[in-house]
Amino acid sequence: MSDQNANPYAFVRTETLPELPPPARETGAVKWMRENLFSSIPNGILTVLALYFIYLVLSSTLPWITGGIWTTSSLAECREVLNGKSAACFSVLTERWNQLLYGFKYPAEAYWRPNLALLLLLIAIAPVLFFDLPRKLLIFTAIYPFLAFWLIWGGTILAPIVALLGVVAGGVVFQLYGKNSFAVGFFGGIIAAFVVWWLGGALIPEGASENAMLSAVPSRDLGGFMLNMMLGVTCVSLSVPLGIALALGRQSNMPLIKGICVIFIEFVRGVPLITLLFVASVMLSYFFPPDSTVDLFLRVVIMITMFSAAYIAEVIRGGLAALPKGQYEAADSLGLDYAQAMRLIILPQALKISIPGIVNVAVGLFKDTTLVSVISMFDLVGMIRGPILASTEWNGVYWELLGFAALLFFVVCYGISQYSQWLERRLATDHR
Amino acid sequence: MTTLTDPPKESFRISMLIHDTRYRSLTFQAIAAALLALAIWYLGNNLIQNLRAAGLNISYSFLGEPAGYDINQRLVDYDSQSTHAKAALVGLLNTLLVAFLACVTATIFGVIAGVLRLSNNWIVSKLMAIYVEIFRNIPVLIWIIIIFTIMTAVLPGPRAFRGDNATSSMVLDLFAFTNRGIYIPMPWFESGLFASPTMNWVLVLAVLAGSWFATRRVSAWATHKQEDTGVRPKTIWINLAIWFVPVALLLMIMGLTWEVPALKGFNFKGGIKIGGPLIALWFALSIYTGAFIAENVRAGIQAVSKGQTEAASALGLRSGRVMNLVVLPQALRVIIPPLISQYLNITKNSSLAIAVGYADITATLGGITLNQTGRAIECVLLLMLFYLTASLLISMAMNLYNASVKLKER
Repeated sequence: MSDQNANPYAFVRTETLPELPPPARETGAVKWMRENLFSSIPNGILTVLALYFIYLVLSSTLPWITGGIWTTSSLAECREVLNGKSAACFSVLTERWNQLLYGFKYPAEAYWRPNLALLLLLIAIAPVLFFDLPRKLLIFTAIYPFLAFWLIWGGTILAPIVALLGVVAGGVVFQLYGKNSFAVGFFGGIIAAFVVWWLGGALIPEGASENAMLSAVPSRDLGGFMLNMMLGVTCVSLSVPLGIALALGRQSNMPLIKGICVIFIEFVRGVPLITLLFVASVMLSYFFPPDSTVDLFLRVVIMITMFSAAYIAEVIRGGLAALPKGQYEAADSLGLDYAQAMRLIILPQALKISIPGIVNVAVGLFKDTTLVSVISMFDLVGMIRGPILASTEWNGVYWELLGFAALLFFVVCYGISQYSQWLERRLATDHR
Repeated sequence: MTTLTDPPKESFRISMLIHDTRYRSLTFQAIAAALLALAIWYLGNNLIQNLRAAGLNISYSFLGEPAGYDINQRLVDYDSQSTHAKAALVGLLNTLLVAFLACVTATIFGVIAGVLRLSNNWIVSKLMAIYVEIFRNIPVLIWIIIIFTIMTAVLPGPRAFRGDNATSSMVLDLFAFTNRGIYIPMPWFESGLFASPTMNWVLVLAVLAGSWFATRRVSAWATHKQEDTGVRPKTIWINLAIWFVPVALLLMIMGLTWEVPALKGFNFKGGIKIGGPLIALWFALSIYTGAFIAENVRAGIQAVSKGQTEAASALGLRSGRVMNLVVLPQALRVIIPPLISQYLNITKNSSLAIAVGYADITATLGGITLNQTGRAIECVLLLMLFYLTASLLISMAMNLYNASVKLKER
């Protein structure tokens, strides 16, 4: 018993060994690659193929892009500079930049006006998109449409002011009478607005636009990406309220109103947008009073708004249907009338559910604004296919122009869809 | 002690029309009917006045007049002396053709991309995500124009195939990719059983349909056998034989031969020519809609909970059977409705053919015919009627399918 350490085993380790690093194949990049790229033989083949594909794409496009020329004034000159090399002639973008963005007829000295309108749009739209911002900003949002109209079209400032006054009058009447009866306030408001517009329209002197602070620009001079943006923003913002009304109408238990809404929605959803644009360009003018001239922009806005309103109505109907019946019954049992129940209980929840769908429709609509090039309006695609590719200087510069158009649309549409995903996370009040 | 009395007999007051729920909906509907009638009267009145001022009337007699324009891409006989109605029919068939082709390929693209996006291979799933995002966020019109530009500006002209030092050559000596279109070999029968080639193809289709029914019977027999004995007989060789032997025999009897396109003079002759506009529209629609279908497929597969797969494996099913019997039926229930609405979108987006000059119904009836005759209202109404009918038919098919796969609940 003298030797404590005596034991039957030849060797026993007395101290703990230092921890070894895990084997190289079980750690870091190697492990990640083994798991994610080469987990099996087919997977490995797939990875190699994918890498080869990426290499092919990048090796053909990257030199083309980085070697691009930015400073020549025609394709022939650009080819001379390139001297047989294959590279991009981005100079078409720099040289025709203004045409791509504003169209070829918008007065050059007035380019600051749409720019300012776009900047103000960002400010006006911010409180709508991010509701942590102070609510007071919404006042600016309400003024913005009239301001933007004045900035882009110019002319007398009286016209947008009268329009604004009409809306304000309608709002005031609704506030006064809408508390007792929604219907009275609603229809009273509409009538008040029309009265103000009619009076104001009579008051604006003839020829007020001639010496106005901002020179008047006719609608047919609008073009380029500006036209896409304007159509997109106008039609989406007009079609959301119309879509809500149509969705509620479709849910209504009044057969006549339900019938009108169902027929409208199914009809519009059943035909392609192009046919509606044909209606706008060749057919709609037959339905206006004989001596009136409604310009093409307005006619296109009407048709696109109707188009997207039908789709938004279907999205919102889905949201309304997804609400548990208990919500409707609870609102009824609280003694709320239809307008109150919708405004306070049903719509906030239904709209929340429908946000992803509405954003999808908005993205689709924004992409579809390129279709106006088919009825010879010079939007971005129309500018590229028409005046720019047809010009002698730039006949044949396809990829730079089409790539630019694709990039612009991608940035905007991808941005909108990322916003919608953020909003969905933000609005998720259920606990998971 | 109180006695219940009848409620006081109310006389009807005019304010009850809006405050009493019994009458309110009637009031609103009356107002709506009045507004609707007013709007229709106003628009109709304007229409009549405008038409009178322009010296026009509504008449469809122009459909019987000769069209006077040529259509390159056509499925039925047509020349410039044919009527406008015939031109519209050619356009209609072209619309259906491109819509059908695009639906098939878009489904293939979409399913492949959707499945690969769920792959555990990082680089492949990221590539598919990039594909989906790029194609969904850029207008289809731009894609159509881009692919049309590739067709016309990048592919060589027929001249490049000529001579001893030709810069281009036919792929496998069978296919010619030129800027005028793609030429592929055309199958035809040397000794067909019928005089008309169409009837011969119908016969081939009939034989294939017969094979399909026969394989169904074989499967039913195998299932029956499995229920009796517990062992499922191997049917794959029988099925393959049923599929291929009859149709191969028929094709041999009828003497199937291929007419290969060849360069004659300034252009390719023979074979089937698929025009550049058709290719551009077909490919752009498929790859654009494929991105949407990929997302639907991904959502559908992810909607089947993992427990289902695990439960099926626990029952001892092999992975193929798990897919066929458990995952797919549940995923399809989620995938099919949005898939069919994508088909609807393809049909409607095929109207963009007018941007690249493919003679679909929008380009013939709504384009050239409209411009030649000036019958805007009639043409646009007919055009809408066609698309509306197509949409309603596809929706009807969707509703029938939905009803058949709906969860059978109490």
